Amino acid sequence: MDLSEIYTEIIAEHNKSKRNKKQMENPTVILKGRNPSCGDEIELALKVEKNIIQDASFTGVGCAISQASTSMMIDLIRGQTIEKAQLLIDTFLGMIKREITEEDQLEILDEAVALQNISNMPARVKCAVLSWHTLESAITAEEGNISKSS
Amino acid sequence: MSNNYVNDFPILQQTMNGKRLVYLDNGATTQKPLSVINAVQEYYAAFNANPHRGAYELSVKATQIYEDAREKVRKFLGAEKASEIIFTKNATESLNLLAYSYGMTFISPGDEIVISIAEHHSNIVPWQQVAKAKGATLQYLYVNEAGILTDEEIEKKISSKTKIVAVTQVSNVLGIVNPIEKIVHKAHSVGAVVIVDGAQSVPHFSVDVRALDVDFLVFSGHKMLAPMGVGVLYGKEHLLDKMPPFLSGGDMIEYVWEQDTSFAPLPAKFEAGTQNVGGVLGLSAAIDYIEKVGFPNIEQIEEKLIHYAIPKLQQLSFITLYGCDDLSKKTGVISFNVNDIHPHDVSSILDADGVAIRAGHHCAHPLMRYLGVNATCRASFYFYNTREDVDALINALGRVRGVLGYGS
Repeated sequence: MDLSEIYTEIIAEHNKSKRNKKQMENPTVILKGRNPSCGDEIELALKVEKNIIQDASFTGVGCAISQASTSMMIDLIRGQTIEKAQLLIDTFLGMIKREITEEDQLEILDEAVALQNISNMPARVKCAVLSWHTLESAITAEEGNISKSS
Repeated sequence: MSNNYVNDFPILQQTMNGKRLVYLDNGATTQKPLSVINAVQEYYAAFNANPHRGAYELSVKATQIYEDAREKVRKFLGAEKASEIIFTKNATESLNLLAYSYGMTFISPGDEIVISIAEHHSNIVPWQQVAKAKGATLQYLYVNEAGILTDEEIEKKISSKTKIVAVTQVSNVLGIVNPIEKIVHKAHSVGAVVIVDGAQSVPHFSVDVRALDVDFLVFSGHKMLAPMGVGVLYGKEHLLDKMPPFLSGGDMIEYVWEQDTSFAPLPAKFEAGTQNVGGVLGLSAAIDYIEKVGFPNIEQIEEKLIHYAIPKLQQLSFITLYGCDDLSKKTGVISFNVNDIHPHDVSSILDADGVAIRAGHHCAHPLMRYLGVNATCRASFYFYNTREDVDALINALGRVRGVLGYGS
């Protein structure tokens, strides 16, 4: 195992960065994500208005892989529509599961492609996907709110 | 301080990620010596039959092997009778047996069950279930800042309301040995029974159930060189006798009528269904091996290892150690964190150097919260570990912060 393929500079940077790791004022949806087997917990906050994720941030504890993955995800979804976020989720999970390998298909993931090699590290896959599964649940919850209020 | 025991363990001869495998996760499970592997293989190659059932020579042999192993465990624990030794799947099953058979039967509303904050989930969750079902209270013995259970805490929490005290002999996170004699003395003075989780003690030093006067003791075979899937419950005969069966079915019966059953006497009453005879034979071979190495020797090796490792870890400015204040109360378990780095990242980075440690909450959430951490790294030793293994750990730790872009 070559560590430099996993712990790339970009992952180390996102892990240390606090840009996306902060409390949000007046989020429209907050969802907790947990990996019960390792105790990692993140809380994802979204501000969704008119089908657009105006802002996103997270708090919680976790390893570098989970923290970097969450931070990169937030960079990607901020300002995007719910549909685009779902496409990003599907692409990211597809990449980790090695179902999507075409470079042009992965292009939309931008920096998050740095996590592609996690698929070679089965013990750490759940760290990388935690926030993405949480986002998917948050979107579902948000859609529920919209349909209830409309 | 290299030793030759490592040569008896085939798995330790391999490389991991191109490096010598340094296995430091013995608190989770130990590796198996060739003698244990051979014993299991020999059982299936030469003796496999369903014990206690067949009226033919092979079944008689399988029965003999099974019951000889029980006698070996009896001697190993210093129990009075072989019928006080019940074979289970592991310590967790043994504790569940006690919770559901003893707890659900003898706990009443208002009673208290006392456990410690340093318990493994296996010795917390079953008692939560009993307390909820029976309207009892779960009381916690808290450890002090050094991870130690004090006399005052024992005096304060064990009272006339206490009916069961269930404590681990050694913390699987901190490696600290609890004062079982004091707990037993206090518990018996108020009429409570004492259950000892020996999962982290029985493999590492001599445990004599009669000298300790514990009422029940459990352990897992796989944490002491034996195969996975075999564990032990020791219980005093008069207590086991008054407990109802836990699992029911074949071989634990005496007579079965259409609407009723009379149960077999001990130990069969608690051993429903076909048992893991191959695993039990492996446990027997493991006891032979441990006795050949000798507990004084095992204790000395582990003591030397932590006395070598802890000062080296203390020299690393980026390491935080937990429960290492008093090494006289400690087995070969070291819990620590690397500043700013999550234990899972530490574990992955050490893995690249062939060093296997545990990272996470170690199935001890309440203790993690009590320590104020989310997770820790744990290096746990056994007698086949050496100073070279400690050196490999220290060297690999030196790389961790750099990989994640921190200066040391």
